[in-house]
Amino acid sequence: MSEAPSAVIELQAVHKWYGDFHVLKDINLQVGKGEKVVVCGPSGSGKSTMIRCINRLEEHQQGRITVAGIELTSDLKNIEAIRREVGMVFQQFNLFPHLTVLQNLTLAPIWVRKLPRKEAEETARYYLQRVRIPDQADKYPGQLSGGQQQRVAIARSLCMKPEIMLFDEPTSALDPEMIKEVLDVMVELAHEGMTMVCVTHEMGFARTVADMMVFMDRGEVVERAPPKDFFSSPKSDRTKAFLSQILAH
Amino acid sequence: MTDIAQNIPIAQHPPAPRATGVLGWLRANLFSSVFNSVLTVLSLTLIATVIPPVVRWGLLDAIWSAPNGAACHSGGACWAFIGEKFRFILFGRYPVDQDWRPVIVVGVFLAMILAACSRRMWGRRLAILWFVGLSAIFWLMAGGLGLTHVETALWSGLPLTLILAVVGMLFGFPLGVLLALGRRSRLPAVRAICVGYIELIRGVPLITMLFMASLMLPLFLPAGVTIDKLVRAQVAIILFSAAYLAEIVRGGLQAIPRGQIEAADALGLSYIQRTRLIVLPQALSMVIPPLVNSFISTFKDTSLVLIVSLFDLLGATEFALTDANWQGFYVEADVFIALIYWSFCFFMSRYSQMLERELNRGRRR
Repeated sequence: MSEAPSAVIELQAVHKWYGDFHVLKDINLQVGKGEKVVVCGPSGSGKSTMIRCINRLEEHQQGRITVAGIELTSDLKNIEAIRREVGMVFQQFNLFPHLTVLQNLTLAPIWVRKLPRKEAEETARYYLQRVRIPDQADKYPGQLSGGQQQRVAIARSLCMKPEIMLFDEPTSALDPEMIKEVLDVMVELAHEGMTMVCVTHEMGFARTVADMMVFMDRGEVVERAPPKDFFSSPKSDRTKAFLSQILAH
Repeated sequence: MTDIAQNIPIAQHPPAPRATGVLGWLRANLFSSVFNSVLTVLSLTLIATVIPPVVRWGLLDAIWSAPNGAACHSGGACWAFIGEKFRFILFGRYPVDQDWRPVIVVGVFLAMILAACSRRMWGRRLAILWFVGLSAIFWLMAGGLGLTHVETALWSGLPLTLILAVVGMLFGFPLGVLLALGRRSRLPAVRAICVGYIELIRGVPLITMLFMASLMLPLFLPAGVTIDKLVRAQVAIILFSAAYLAEIVRGGLQAIPRGQIEAADALGLSYIQRTRLIVLPQALSMVIPPLVNSFISTFKDTSLVLIVSLFDLLGATEFALTDANWQGFYVEADVFIALIYWSFCFFMSRYSQMLERELNRGRRR
C-alpha cells in the first residue's frame, strides 16, 4: 500500500471456473478506503461469486486479489488475516442457532481477537444498541424476526471491528416490511465511512449511498459508473435492459 | 374500514362443553368408537389373564427365605436364591473379604455419572473429576498402595460391567467423532483410512472381535509379551462402538447447513474453533436419539465378554446358577439382572429426553 487513497480491495484479471463453466471472466475492480460499491446484475451473473472471492469463501483460479494490503493465496495465515478484517453479511443471515444473540456477537471477538469476555460483551451491547435491538441479547436467533436476525448478523460482523464490510443480497430473504429496518442500518454504516461492497437489488439504497455502481452479466463486469450516470445514462444495452426490468415496477 | 372492524366485535363463544366425571372419561378415552371399544375389551382381557398368575408367582406363592434350593421349589418364585446369591451376582469372583472395594467403586461410578448429567458441570471441572474418579476406581479394583492386589481376572459382576461400558463409551465417543470428521476430511488419505476402519469394524460381529482379541492377538505378539485380557476386551469394545458412533455423528455433521460453516469462516474462526464451537454442538444435539440408542446397545453388549471368560454382571449370574445346592432358578436370576440392566438403560433414555428438550429450548423456529 503505497500512496494516496489507494485501494483496500483490488481484483486484477480474476478468473474462476466451476468445472468447465467460466463464472468470472477477467474481473478488475478497485475499492478505495471508505468507498461504497454496489454490485448488481441478473441472477447467475457471478456477482455473489465475486464478492465471496474477496474473503475466500470461493477460490479464484487466475489473477490477483489483494485485500487490506494482504494478497489472497492458498496460505491459510493470509486467509485468516483477511477474514479478520472483512465482515460479511449473508442473504440467509447464518446466525448460529445454538447460541444466544449475545453469544453470537462475542464468539469471534473472544476466540479470534482474544478479547476478554467482559470487553467483548460491552462491544456487543454497543452494537446491538446501534442496530436498534438492545433488549434481545439473551434470546436465541430463532425467536427473532427476519429483519431482527439480519440486524444481529450485521452487528456480529461489526463486533470484529472490520475495515471492510461485504453484503451478499442482505435483504433478499426478508419480508417487504422488514427490508427498510435493515437498509436503515446499512445507510447509517455507510455514512460513518465504512468501506462497503454490496450485492443488492435495492436501487433506492444504491442511489443514496453508492460511490460506484458495478453491473455484472454472464461473469463479466459490463459497466461501472457513479450512480448518477449509471441510472440516467447507462452505456451498455445490457445495463439498459436490466435497469428497465428492475425499475419497471 | 377500521371503524367497522373495531365497532363490531366478534361474538365470544364459550368453549365446547367437555365430558366430565368417570363416565365421561371412560367414554372419551376408552369407548370413543367401535374400534376403540373392541381394543379396550381385548386389552382388559389380556391384563386379566396375565397379571394374576404373575402376581401369584412373583409375590403370593414366592418363597423369600430357604436354607437351600431343594426347599425352595413351590411353584412360586424363589427369591431366596437371589438373597443367597445377591453378593455373588453383583461382585462375582472378587475376594469376599475385600467386598467394600467394589461397593465403593459402584458408588463412585454412580456419583460420576450423576455429576456428568448436570449441564452446569460440563467443562474442565468435570474432566478433572472423572480423571480422579477413574483413577480411584482403578486403584480400588486393582489394589496396590496399601491395598491387597487383586488380578483383573477376578474383577467381575456389576463393577466389571460398568467399567467395560463406561470406559467403552468414554473413549469410543471421541474416537467416533474423530472418525466422523475424518470421513468428511478434504485429505483423501485421511478419508480413506476412516472409511476403511468404519466399514471393516462394522462388518464384523463384536463376538468375533472379542475372540480375536483374546485368542488370536496373543499369537501375533512376541513371546513373553502379554496384554491383560480385560484390556484386550475393553479395547475391542471401544473400537467397535467408535465405528457405530462415527456413522451417527456423520449424520449430524451432514445436516449442518453450509451457511453455518461459511459464517464461521467469514468471522475468521480456524477449522478447530469452527468444529468445536459451531459444528459439533449443533451436529451432536441433532443426533442425541441415535447416540443414546448406541450407548444403550454398548451397555448391554458388554455382556458378550462372557464368551472370553470375563465374568461381568451376566457372567457372574450364569456362574451363580451352576451352584449344585441351588439348581434351576434361571427365571429368578434373569428377572433380577434384567431389572439392573433396565434401570441403567431407562435412566439413559429419560436423561437423553430431558437433555434434548433442554438443548432445543428456544432454538428452533
